[in-house]
Amino acid sequence: MKRLFPIFGVLTLILLSFALYEALIGAPTEQTMGEVQRIFYYHVPSAWTAFLLFLINFGASVVYLIRRNPKADAVAAVTAEVGVIFCSVVLVTGPIWARPVWGIWWTWDMRLTLTLVLWLIYVSYLMLRRFSTSSQTPLIAAVLSVFGALDVPLVYFSIWYFRTQHPSPVIGRGGSLDPRMWHVLLINWAAFLCFAFLVCWSRYRLERLQREVEETQALEALLEQRGVR
Amino acid sequence: MTYLYAAYAATWLIHIAYLGWMAMRYRRLQREIPQLRKDR
Repeated sequence: MKRLFPIFGVLTLILLSFALYEALIGAPTEQTMGEVQRIFYYHVPSAWTAFLLFLINFGASVVYLIRRNPKADAVAAVTAEVGVIFCSVVLVTGPIWARPVWGIWWTWDMRLTLTLVLWLIYVSYLMLRRFSTSSQTPLIAAVLSVFGALDVPLVYFSIWYFRTQHPSPVIGRGGSLDPRMWHVLLINWAAFLCFAFLVCWSRYRLERLQREVEETQALEALLEQRGVR
Repeated sequence: MTYLYAAYAATWLIHIAYLGWMAMRYRRLQREIPQLRKDR
């Protein structure tokens, strides 16, 4: 697996470069918004990747709640952190796109507010993991994650059920996207998925290493306290 | 066009900052491991 990492890294870099070329040059220019609509090829795949990572976080948390498996806890911690990064991209690129199109950076409509709430839930999840010293932290974090994941479908379906300033969905409910734009969108999503996988992989190894160091330090402290050493 | 480039640049800035932070943490752990082995 370790040997595959550089190969997969190079392939991801090539795919990301190709996706960038397609997004900036290959995709047709949208008639109403013009060039700025190309933000779509980074904004939407980042959102889908964040949702997927939060759903994996939910699955890993459920596994941890059932089996108390430390590997599942590590997967949950990693996917939440990388998911927050992708969600931050969504929250940054959204207002940059909104400003020239809507004339405002931000509005408190359902889709935008729920996305911000989703980000805040997972930031608090990471804060809990970072600052809580209780031995029950993984358990509390897993429970928080289960509740936090409820916001993911709310964010996704908010544009179906509420009147919102945000554009209509591109999938289902009569979403009509030019096939060439679809093609570029899917290439960018594939590139972001590969990149997210690589980042999660590296972060997982780091998490395991960190846990090993912390366990050794705790053991050392315990031995010293008991006067064994 | 400025908004488009700003959005793309912001995306990669966020990702690169995160990767940099991860690399920093990894280097710190790598420094701690020999110290722990020595203490043993």
